[in-house]
Amino acid sequence: MFNPDIIKPENLVYKRTSVLTDNVMHYCPGCGHGTIHRLIAEVIEEMGIQEKAICVAPVGCSVLAYNYFDVDSQGAAHGRAPAIATAIQRLYPDNHTFTYQGDGDLAAIGTAETIHACNRGENIVMIFVNNGIYGMTGGQMAPTTLIGMKTATSPYGRDVALNGHPLKITELLADLPGTYYVTRQSVQNAASVRKAKKAIRQAFENQKAKKGTSFVEVVSNCNSGWKMTPVAANKWMEENMFPFYPLGDMKVDGQKVSK
Amino acid sequence: MAIKGAIVFDVEHCKGCGVCIPTCPNQVIAFSKNVNNKGYNYAEAVNDNCIGCTSCAMVCPDGVITVYKVKL
Ligand SMILES: Cc1ncc(C[n+]2csc(CCOP(=O)(O)OP(=O)(O)O)c2C)c(N)n1
Ligand code: SF4
Ligand code: SF4
Ligand code: SF4
Ligand SMILES: [Mg+2]
Repeated sequence: MFNPDIIKPENLVYKRTSVLTDNVMHYCPGCGHGTIHRLIAEVIEEMGIQEKAICVAPVGCSVLAYNYFDVDSQGAAHGRAPAIATAIQRLYPDNHTFTYQGDGDLAAIGTAETIHACNRGENIVMIFVNNGIYGMTGGQMAPTTLIGMKTATSPYGRDVALNGHPLKITELLADLPGTYYVTRQSVQNAASVRKAKKAIRQAFENQKAKKGTSFVEVVSNCNSGWKMTPVAANKWMEENMFPFYPLGDMKVDGQKVSK
Repeated sequence: MAIKGAIVFDVEHCKGCGVCIPTCPNQVIAFSKNVNNKGYNYAEAVNDNCIGCTSCAMVCPDGVITVYKVKL
């Protein structure tokens, strides 16, 4: 607290958005899922679309996302969120259906649904939380696990000869004609959080203008699965994840961004 | 013109992750010696150097921090 005389409504510059429920999120301390939820909720509040927003929750740590977003929600079978969102958005074309998925959900078991929804150019917002691991089930290797990265199922580090290459699914989706906006963001410091929020806002604005699929990857930590403290996990992410998963826009207004 | 800020923590929502601590430009935040009902050493303000920049609130995964700011 301190400076208690400053604490008056007219001096308020930031408070938790009312589009999040008061429930304490079940995520591990310091997990990026919470921050990403908050940004989506803030965008929904700022755009005044709480009554129109529909969340499609995945299987993964964020399976209970509907306990935290105070909007209509639908759970999807593992990996099938883009298919469910396709149906909902087609039935309610003036609503704001968004998917929220981890890398195991979106880039492993749900690869087909992901690619085809993006290729059809469904008018949905897709939020992709890439923490390079299956967090929920105890830290197994994901398609996105980095080469050399240790997980429960790659205890000596991911080995290309045995496990294949990490999948940059977001780069792949940027090449599909149906995607209108494709970007990769992160939420480990204040500057990156502000940028990620702008990207999420852009995605929902595109949807409002019925432009097709907007895809926002957020590279995030799974400090429990990585077996690090939250602060160390964020540092590890900057040093190891960002070189392989570079941040920034890949496709804007339907045009690939040349690097 | 001086800028003064203040932060208020929703202690029962804090998980003591510490992500807000290195984010603060003025070293305002530290872990409490006390724990909340979930057993976490929650974060708290330890001096009055806050400038209301909201960086700590931006990175908090649990939306724990409310920020106030005045220009004096
Ligand atoms: C059909 C089916 N196969 C496997 C599982 C087990 N399972 C649950 S969550 C998950 C992966 C979660 O990883 P990710 O999508 O990256 O989410 P995270 O927890 O990392 O956020 C798996 C394999 C399941 N629930 N259903
Ligand atoms: S297991 Fe990993 S992804 Fe799941 S809540 Fe914990 S830190 Fe987050
Ligand atoms: S608002 Fe800024 S100055 Fe104040 S405690 Fe938070 S990070 Fe520090
Ligand atoms: S970032 Fe939030 S949850 Fe983590 S210690 Fe700071 S106030 Fe508590
Ligand atoms: Mg994952």
